[in-house]
Amino acid sequence: MVRLFRNTQHDPEKLGLEPKPFLRDDVQRSAGKIAVIQYGTVAIFLFLISGFWRLQIESPDVYAEQADRNRIKSLPILAPRGKILDREGRVIVDNHSSFSVILSRENLKEEHLQPIADGLNLDYEDLVDRLKRFRKRPTYEPIIIKEELTPGELAFVASHSDPATFPEMELIRAQKRLYPRDGFGAHFIGYVGEVSENELNTAEFIDYEQGDVVGKQGIERQYNKLLMGVDGQRQVVVDNRGKERALLSDKDAVPGKNITLTIDLDVQTVAELAMDGRRGSVVALDPRNGEVIAMVSRPAYDPNRFAGRILAKDWKEIITNPEKPMLNRAIQAQLAPGSTFKPLMALAGLETGVLTPDFHVMCPGGASFYGRYFRCHLAGGHGRVDLRKAIAQSCDVFFYTLGNRMGIDSIAKYAEMAGLGSKTGIDLPHESEGTVPSSRWKMRNYREKWYAGETISVSIGQGALTVSPLQLAHAIGGIATGGIWTKPHLVIDETAREGARRADIKLDNVMQVIDGMDAVVNGGGTGARARIPGLEVCGKTGTAQLASNDVLKGTSAGRKMKDNAWFVGFAPNDSPQIVVVALFEGGEHGNLAAPIVRDVIKAYFDKQVRADPTNLLASLPAFKPGVIPPRPAGPRPPKPTVVQISDDIIE
Amino acid sequence: MASTYKSIRDIDWPLLLITLAISGVGVLQIYSATHETKWRDAWWKQIVWVAVGLIFFWIASQIDYHTLLGHAYALYGISVLGLIAIFFIGTRVFGSRRWIPLPGGVQFQVSEFVKTVLILLVAKYLVDLKKDDLDWRELLKIAGLIMLPMLLVMKQPDLGTSLTYLPILISGVFLAGLRWKYIAIIGLALALVLPIGYHFLHDYQRARLTSFVDPAQDPRGSGYQVIQSMIAIGHGGMWGRGVTRGTQTQLQFLPVPHTDFIFSAFGEEHGFVGVVVVLGLYFLLLMQIVQNAQTAPDRAGMYICMGVCALLLFHVLVNVGMVVGRMPVTGIPLPLMSAGGSNTISVFLMLGLVNNVRLRRFVN
Repeated sequence: MVRLFRNTQHDPEKLGLEPKPFLRDDVQRSAGKIAVIQYGTVAIFLFLISGFWRLQIESPDVYAEQADRNRIKSLPILAPRGKILDREGRVIVDNHSSFSVILSRENLKEEHLQPIADGLNLDYEDLVDRLKRFRKRPTYEPIIIKEELTPGELAFVASHSDPATFPEMELIRAQKRLYPRDGFGAHFIGYVGEVSENELNTAEFIDYEQGDVVGKQGIERQYNKLLMGVDGQRQVVVDNRGKERALLSDKDAVPGKNITLTIDLDVQTVAELAMDGRRGSVVALDPRNGEVIAMVSRPAYDPNRFAGRILAKDWKEIITNPEKPMLNRAIQAQLAPGSTFKPLMALAGLETGVLTPDFHVMCPGGASFYGRYFRCHLAGGHGRVDLRKAIAQSCDVFFYTLGNRMGIDSIAKYAEMAGLGSKTGIDLPHESEGTVPSSRWKMRNYREKWYAGETISVSIGQGALTVSPLQLAHAIGGIATGGIWTKPHLVIDETAREGARRADIKLDNVMQVIDGMDAVVNGGGTGARARIPGLEVCGKTGTAQLASNDVLKGTSAGRKMKDNAWFVGFAPNDSPQIVVVALFEGGEHGNLAAPIVRDVIKAYFDKQVRADPTNLLASLPAFKPGVIPPRPAGPRPPKPTVVQISDDIIE
Repeated sequence: MASTYKSIRDIDWPLLLITLAISGVGVLQIYSATHETKWRDAWWKQIVWVAVGLIFFWIASQIDYHTLLGHAYALYGISVLGLIAIFFIGTRVFGSRRWIPLPGGVQFQVSEFVKTVLILLVAKYLVDLKKDDLDWRELLKIAGLIMLPMLLVMKQPDLGTSLTYLPILISGVFLAGLRWKYIAIIGLALALVLPIGYHFLHDYQRARLTSFVDPAQDPRGSGYQVIQSMIAIGHGGMWGRGVTRGTQTQLQFLPVPHTDFIFSAFGEEHGFVGVVVVLGLYFLLLMQIVQNAQTAPDRAGMYICMGVCALLLFHVLVNVGMVVGRMPVTGIPLPLMSAGGSNTISVFLMLGLVNNVRLRRFVN
């Protein structure tokens, strides 16, 4: 039962209320207005619900993604690149651990950039540029802004990356490339760097993304896919203070594969030291399988400067250096081979039948061809010259005559057979082709016919003929092995021998050429400085003029250009294991390049002696307890090859 | 005063049940949003506040509202004095003085209870006029009476709470009757005054307004809260992430997920469906109050009910509008859901008044 409301105890007058009795009708007066408020309430609730509809039903994915971005932090785990090892597994290029700073761009505050740049010793403009370059990448991907932090910078990041200061910064561990110092092997190793925008547009780098560190030169570039690992990623759930709450996924980085080179560090070291302070190149090949045992190009650069982020200033300094330190002379130099071309000429002469066994030339110190006088390098002349003497003494007149008889196209044929004028196919980027002139070549390039007079210069490795040290080593190596040209390569490849190119040349002809090259070193020839007692070293000197004609020679510019000294040698003469080319730019005479080759060859064979345990044991005295062993009698064991850098070049 | 005991069956049960349902949802959401934070005690404290609120509800139901109206001016005087006292003995939290410390460590927010007093005051004033509409003098007088505590609260500073006094005035004046001419003049005056008033706002208040227009402009600053709130709600989708599963809430990207932004946390964990259900409960609550106004025995009761209705509607509109990005950040709580003693008790007190009116709806 509902109790009826009694209101008798209230006196309306006393309360100051309306004197009339409380009637429903009185309230009804506002009914319309209350209805307005009701409709207003409905409208307000619809307004609110529509807000939820928009967020939750129309586009929940957008917000779900943003929520994930809030809470999920991805940290890259950078994969270390594979090591580069020498043929014996010794490390040439390694990695070292360092710290890098990554910058999260999602919540980046513009005004934080300046203090961050200051704290990390970065150039503000560079940093802004860098951010601009990454604007196409999704913002949730952090970018690396500084690598290889110094302890001071490390402290700056550690103390400023808290949520209140610069939460954009984050430290990560990185594996940095560690290259040999002083440009050791710099040219064949190459270096790594961040892939550039231009490179990203090329087919070679199509698989990479902005910010990836890729090989830019040398082995690093050629074998980038192998060396590069796969970066891992760590995804964690963070709260609004950036504190890690849970681990979502942890994908380890897959390190890159190690690469074993054909380079022998010992031989390489000798070659590097031999070229120290000089301009030029040394290439040592095993002609049997094409393995590159040493490759030096000087002047060199320090790849470690590229390993971090190189400053624009430093980069400019390197690329504008007139000495061209970035040029890998071993494969990119295009220089006249000079007299080192003569063995090829000899072989061509023998093969074409022009050089008969009784072929000889009288050298009075020069000869006239087509109305022009061509001097021999020996002003007094060589007298009666046969093939052996011509190679040994490097008689120009002999080869002028031979070349003149053969004609340019025969010369070109055999030069090309030996691989000149085309890339050797070595596993390095940017190899040069060089030039083998021929009548066809001239017509194609100059729209002119070949003048027979031009052949004379080419006969002694001058004129338009240009080769790289590698091409020369490859060419001579092929002759030394009796006409088998294996593709030079830097990474151990057991199948390399199968790809060898065979030329149909007579072994007897080859022996004649080798005999001449033997005489160069051991028979009183121009390359006596390459002699190694107990080893049959064959070789050929070359002194190549930069300004190939006498007109330029007469000018002041021409006089300043000193002749390039070449030497190509191989050993042993009957079963060559190594062929070495030394190019000593501005070395004046080929016999100054000879000791370089000698040192390299000696290092190579010394190693074999030391590596043979019977040799080592023989040189040690018998062990007796308590007795200090006397110095062994007889010849001392070979000193470390490094010390045996000949001084006689600097005469 | 004679006994005013009413049968327990006369209580407005729909009103009370809806109120308790919303409060229950609130407690659950407070638990879910804070169980891993430093506020992990908030959920059971809220239960205590609801219980205390029920006592106040009972008290407010029992004293005949006419008696209360009789003391409206006295209560008003005490309220103003209380608000002034805050400037001297108030506790400062986050740079604003809103609370008077009570024994037992409880903080008493005067401005919350002023709401109830103002509802009574407006009802009393308008009933006393005995006219069909207000003239200028009367309008300015009642407006002045409301503005005084508004200014005092604004000075604390607590813009949000002070603004909640306005709907009491507006709904009262609207129901009492206002000529269209006045409405037009007031509208014009506001249009002129508001831009000037903008200059007197604090920087943070201005920032809130500008970031309301474009939250993305300052995602780390005042826009941050709104953006995070919208992300949380959007993250909820249709069915929600589930209790304690809302990452925005649990990982504290959402600011104060148990007080001002509780509805955003709720939206993330219970989705659109949950939102509609709870908003539906609020709607039913308001309609129940309106129904009580319609059945009130006199205009005083009607004014009281509609005052409460307008105030709660304003709270819901501004708070929910804020979490969904359709209202500027003002920092007013969602009645019955947001954790907090003063507001919860104040709401129960007002609902007690509504129940009071209902208990006395049968006249003669």
